[in-house]
Amino acid sequence: MSELRTEELTINMGPQHPSTHGVLRLVLTLNGEIVTDVKPVLGYLHRCFEKHCEAMTYPQVIPYTDRMDYLTSMNNELAYVLAAEKLLGIEIPERVEYIRVIMSELQRIASHLVAIGTYGNDAGAFTPFLYCFMDREKVLELFEMVCGARLLYNYIWVGGVSHDITPEFVTKTKEFIKYFRPRIKQVNNLLSYNKIFIERTAGIGVLPVDVAINAGCSGPTLRGSGVKYDLRKDDPYSIYDRFDFDVCVGVGERGVVGDSWNRYIVRAYEMEQSLRIIEQAIDKIPEGDVHAAVPKRVKPVAGESYVRTEAPKGELAYYIISDGSLNPYRIKARSPSFCNLSVINQISRGHMIADVVMILGSFDIVLGCIDR
Amino acid sequence: MEINDIYNKLKKAFDDGIGEVKTDVPVSPFIFADRSKINAIALFLRDEESLQFDNLSCLSGVDYDKDNLAVVYHLVSYALKHSLVVKCLIPKSDPKIQTVSDVWAAADWHEREAFDLVGMTFEGHPDLRRILLPDDWEGHPLRKDFKVPEFYNGMKVPY
Repeated sequence: MSELRTEELTINMGPQHPSTHGVLRLVLTLNGEIVTDVKPVLGYLHRCFEKHCEAMTYPQVIPYTDRMDYLTSMNNELAYVLAAEKLLGIEIPERVEYIRVIMSELQRIASHLVAIGTYGNDAGAFTPFLYCFMDREKVLELFEMVCGARLLYNYIWVGGVSHDITPEFVTKTKEFIKYFRPRIKQVNNLLSYNKIFIERTAGIGVLPVDVAINAGCSGPTLRGSGVKYDLRKDDPYSIYDRFDFDVCVGVGERGVVGDSWNRYIVRAYEMEQSLRIIEQAIDKIPEGDVHAAVPKRVKPVAGESYVRTEAPKGELAYYIISDGSLNPYRIKARSPSFCNLSVINQISRGHMIADVVMILGSFDIVLGCIDR
Repeated sequence: MEINDIYNKLKKAFDDGIGEVKTDVPVSPFIFADRSKINAIALFLRDEESLQFDNLSCLSGVDYDKDNLAVVYHLVSYALKHSLVVKCLIPKSDPKIQTVSDVWAAADWHEREAFDLVGMTFEGHPDLRRILLPDDWEGHPLRKDFKVPEFYNGMKVPY
């Protein structure tokens, strides 16, 4: 009998595929069930955000940043606004700083809920997905209460925020914190420590620390590999240095440090820490006028600024070059998902096709942020 | 480490490979470097004991002025918690620069993006293709003189 001949097979996963979390195409090279090469093809959602911005004034850019990573609009706005304010050199009222922190952390919870829910869905667990989206809806209701929009807010302005928070918002947020703490535990029971889920994710796609740092990975992807690095602690922006919270890392509670499960669990841990920050912020929030520092005309001096912030998905930074006119000369968004995704080839090789789905999900990518 | 100390260290090691240091500019100071020596400079920045810039936070291509493009490197050290901005000017008549993708893997996709949108060539890059735009797109949109084409593959572009 002649020897069996096998050929490598190349297939497309995406751009229309439920597990690629958007319009991403992965060109997989397969040896049987084993993946030997992954080539991501990007750009299906490219809107040339950076070129559009050059024709806008500084405040007009904010709605565009909303649409970058549409699950973390508040954090996008905050990063951009901080970079613009650094160029302007203006003082921000205390109250505004506190409101911004509360909104960012609420948004972090909403984003992590989507990440956890869809990740469970990737693994075949549909129930946690519904629980997570139910809770996320409560966060979105809070946002709706304060600014009228559920997803794309245009809320954080250069020098302030669009609407002051109401006493009703404070009460509802306190209620939410009380309601949400046990729900984190419930999600953990449903999904995180579920035997089937652990078997799908533990030991899959181990990302070594040196590779992660060299490739510019950040956020839960980096912390899943055990690196205790969080910009809110290590390079504090806004008023994050005033709050007491822990930086969560993957410690190999299940599986090994740096695998998909550890990247996942960092998000579940972080929701608890975000609740702690919101609690402290809402207690200490001072009185003030949220429009006091909003400039009539945003016209920074010629120069450049680069501000790094800890968005839910990792390090989100804006690089703004100003030529002293009303329009930015160049804006570059350093997106966390873009860098995190770039290691997928390295850590997927040798795994099964179904594992690539789990590895991709563990990065929690949003294509709006990658393709810009 | 402060930018002036880093500058002196670099100047000592590379002499004319390092241009001037700009500290009086609003908001963030930066160092100019030579585009034909940037790979060696990057390696030095990463491996030198007192610098340890292990993370390339961002790499941006910029249409800098009338005659020049630029590549801006935002470096961060996780180990020593300091940061640095390095700029390389590239004349538009000869838009070439050395790659740093062998020093920081993060540069791989960022350089492809800069090539795609601003149009400078990174010599030594292992896989320099367009990343965000389609392969058959003409021109580089982030150039200031870029004109939107009327048709792309028979489809009307401006609408």
